Amino acid sequence: MRGGAFLLAANAVAALAAMASEPPAARYPSPIELVISPDGSRLYALCEGTDEVVTYDLGSGRILHRTPVGRVPKSLALSPDAKHLYVANSWSDTISDLDTSSLQVVRTLPAGFEPNAAISDREGRFLFVANRLSNDVSVVDLASGLESKRLLAGRGAAYLTLSPDGSRIYCTHIYPNIAKFRATPESEITVIDAARQVVAERYRLHNAAGVFHVAVSADGRLGMAAQMRPKNLVPLAHVEHGWVIGNSISLFGEDVGEVVQISIDELDRYYTPPFAIAMARDKSVAYVSTTGSDSVTVIDIGRLLALIRTLSPAERRALANDLSASANYVVARVPVGHGPKGLTLSPDGKRLYVANRTGDTISVIDTAARRVVSDLSLGGPATLTPERRGERLFFNAGFAFHGHFGCANCHIEATFDGLSWDLEPDGFGKDYVDNRLLEDVADTAPFKWNGANPNLETECGPRTEKFFYRSESYDGWQLNDLVSFIKSIPLRPNRYRNGELTPAQERGKVIFERTRRKNGTPIPAKNQCAVCHSGPHYTNQQLADVGTGKPTDRSPLIDTPQLTNVVLTGPYLHDGSARSLEEIWTVFNPQDTHGVTNDLQKDELNDLIEYLKTL
Amino acid sequence: MRTILTLLLVLAPAAAATGGRPDMPTYRWENFTTENGLPDNHVFNVAVDGKRVWAATENGLGLYENGKWKVYRPEDGLTHRAVLYVAPDKRTGDVWIATMGGLSRFSAGRFDTYTQLTSGLANDVVYGVAVQGDDVWVATAAGGSRLNTRTGQWSLFNERNTPMYEIWTYAVNATPSKVYYAVWGGGVLEYDVKTERWKDYNDPDGETEMVLYKDQGLIHEITTSVSYMEKEKILWVATYFGASRYDGRNWKNFLEKDSGLPSNFLNQVKGVDGNHAWFSTDKGLAYYDGENWAVYRPALDTHKPEMLVRDAAGNVTRVETATAPAHHYVLGVDFDGDDIWVATAKGLSHGIRMK
Repeated sequence: MRGGAFLLAANAVAALAAMASEPPAARYPSPIELVISPDGSRLYALCEGTDEVVTYDLGSGRILHRTPVGRVPKSLALSPDAKHLYVANSWSDTISDLDTSSLQVVRTLPAGFEPNAAISDREGRFLFVANRLSNDVSVVDLASGLESKRLLAGRGAAYLTLSPDGSRIYCTHIYPNIAKFRATPESEITVIDAARQVVAERYRLHNAAGVFHVAVSADGRLGMAAQMRPKNLVPLAHVEHGWVIGNSISLFGEDVGEVVQISIDELDRYYTPPFAIAMARDKSVAYVSTTGSDSVTVIDIGRLLALIRTLSPAERRALANDLSASANYVVARVPVGHGPKGLTLSPDGKRLYVANRTGDTISVIDTAARRVVSDLSLGGPATLTPERRGERLFFNAGFAFHGHFGCANCHIEATFDGLSWDLEPDGFGKDYVDNRLLEDVADTAPFKWNGANPNLETECGPRTEKFFYRSESYDGWQLNDLVSFIKSIPLRPNRYRNGELTPAQERGKVIFERTRRKNGTPIPAKNQCAVCHSGPHYTNQQLADVGTGKPTDRSPLIDTPQLTNVVLTGPYLHDGSARSLEEIWTVFNPQDTHGVTNDLQKDELNDLIEYLKTL
Repeated sequence: MRTILTLLLVLAPAAAATGGRPDMPTYRWENFTTENGLPDNHVFNVAVDGKRVWAATENGLGLYENGKWKVYRPEDGLTHRAVLYVAPDKRTGDVWIATMGGLSRFSAGRFDTYTQLTSGLANDVVYGVAVQGDDVWVATAAGGSRLNTRTGQWSLFNERNTPMYEIWTYAVNATPSKVYYAVWGGGVLEYDVKTERWKDYNDPDGETEMVLYKDQGLIHEITTSVSYMEKEKILWVATYFGASRYDGRNWKNFLEKDSGLPSNFLNQVKGVDGNHAWFSTDKGLAYYDGENWAVYRPALDTHKPEMLVRDAAGNVTRVETATAPAHHYVLGVDFDGDDIWVATAKGLSHGIRMK
């Protein structure tokens, strides 16, 4: 009772403090990750919307300081001595080194393309940085501040955790590794030998995609990674049977031996997508935030391990698709705020803090009672704009049948998922479609690969309701909000365009814009790159038959896609059949129907691709 | 570093005579074939990577570790079964694999593939590969390729942007300052990392197999291997018609008739330093210490193990030994401290240094 009273008081103080210490004007803080100091006195909240670290004094509940960091920070981690906080600035391609005494950034460290997470080794000598767009892990010498090497990670390298003994670093990735067309998605946990700074192992996560946080128990014997299991190879016609996306945890380590994937869904309710994981120090329970379900799932680890020990290897492999299994080990679903992302436990394990990204609050959960006892506010605009309301809808899974999934399940963090889907109930194997990036789509109508939807309202409204959610979908106001948000999704910086074009990019630009073949004969307008891919978004917004249609397509006419940041979004073509930009022309353009490329030397094709990367 | 230093110390002062015969290194040879786990007996090359040994064979990639062989083939993700060269990246622990069907990157059990269709690689016939920091240099049947692993950018080098009149690049050797290509039929191509400029070295008497101008240039245009010793700025070159050593000013060529080379037909040269090198020939493995030569092989006639030692004066001594490399047709070597690993046409050999 006393604790509760204190929290209420603290909450009131926090609210006042928040009012006195507002974030940058008109921006929503969007807290995405949390870290607590080892003594439990401070909570650090990373706000990707306002590019800052907000430091709370948990004793008083007051905000101590707001520390500006780089653009769109994605995660933060304390150094072993807790004197430094490392913040991965995903759009700045840097790491902010924040002194926890002064709460100031004392230096900026290098990283690869779009750093998503950074973690120090146990000695505090090297920093490991997961780079989401360069698909690797940077090793940065903290003494010199220089990057020494890159290690190959999975596609969309995302989150890191250090084993308790300091020997291993585990890295996840949010996009499945590029594979053969229509193959089952494959992901991995990249296991790095921290001392040798090499990749020691890769744990295969079969049929997994969208792998987010990874955590390891204090005894080092159990690892857990939050992930989705997309069922993209069958028509999206069985929402009611769970045949769209499974929400699961991959278990690894001595406690389980081979990787075991478990479902956290129920027969008639889904908890999606699992994002962050925190394990109690005594390994009694694990907490999993599920962003689209506005809740935290509580797993009884003892019951879970007991169940697994009773299962044969074949039964263990089936566990991920068994929607009844979670009844054995999921012991609570704790409702929290909007869009829960990162979470952290207090050192004594009595409080769980959850960052509600689209709610701009932090839920404080009493872990014994398993309920929210207070909220900490991050401040931000008092009113919600249509875009912000739409963002909440985008990340919410409540509209689909049984809360199965939302926009952000496939458009992960408003991007894409790297998968080819069989979306509509038009029969098996008809009209496979590659998932497209949502950035920069506002002025690129029509929508859908066959151009059937004249505007985003149609794309996101009736279509979603009929083909995806299979339940009553957004009302008119909500649809307007959702579309407003989608149109507002900013375009991330292009990493391949640094001022002047390089000589290779310049040569590629000439090829892109050419009107004649190398032998001097004219190229018909409809077959010139720069005609169809014209305008500010590199699309003329017309349908075209470029010869890439397959027998599985009902029509060879394809919507001309925009090319902005095209380098990020493989696989390519409307059905995702081209694994790389090269294959668009080396494999799928034998008759020069998708631009004229067969008179090009290989190095000229490489130049064209170098230019495309800059768009 | 310690291993390299040890090797240099052991190999350097080899001139001391033993009964008038130079004191050349001797080895006990252990041979591997398919009978004890090697993927195939046709071993195109070998790479020593700490405690791992990689065998590039005609039918798969072999990894020798902890006394056992593990075999990788296309069903495991390798791009092609015929593996021609292997280049470990000491920094990352990854291994780059040149095959007859593209380039593979092996990283902790995962293969990533690069072919002329899926990537910017010039050609799928990949003879050689070398790692230089974040850059991977590739020798293909259609010129050189370079992949920047940070940006994914491919750069191709051929007759259009280098002095490469023949594009059949057969081997590549990359160091921090220089990159050398052995161009089969086109001599040697040098890339200066600092200036980003190319320079070619050719046989002054052209493509003829006659040696009109010995020591006035590269011994022959049909080059098969290059090995640059950055510290001493010495380039070793192997050709099908002899070997060459270049110090940046002067060439010195080695032929069977006037050196300890057992044959002019060389598949590979690998320098230890500016004065010591190993030569892989069709008639045995040769070692040169700057003055004297030693050849290790099964005798060409009796097939009994033998070692030939040639002193600086040209005196040749045949030394009977208990063991020899698996075959006299040698395709490549690599070092592991005092030990040497040898790829031959009929197996892989591990030379354990005796003295």
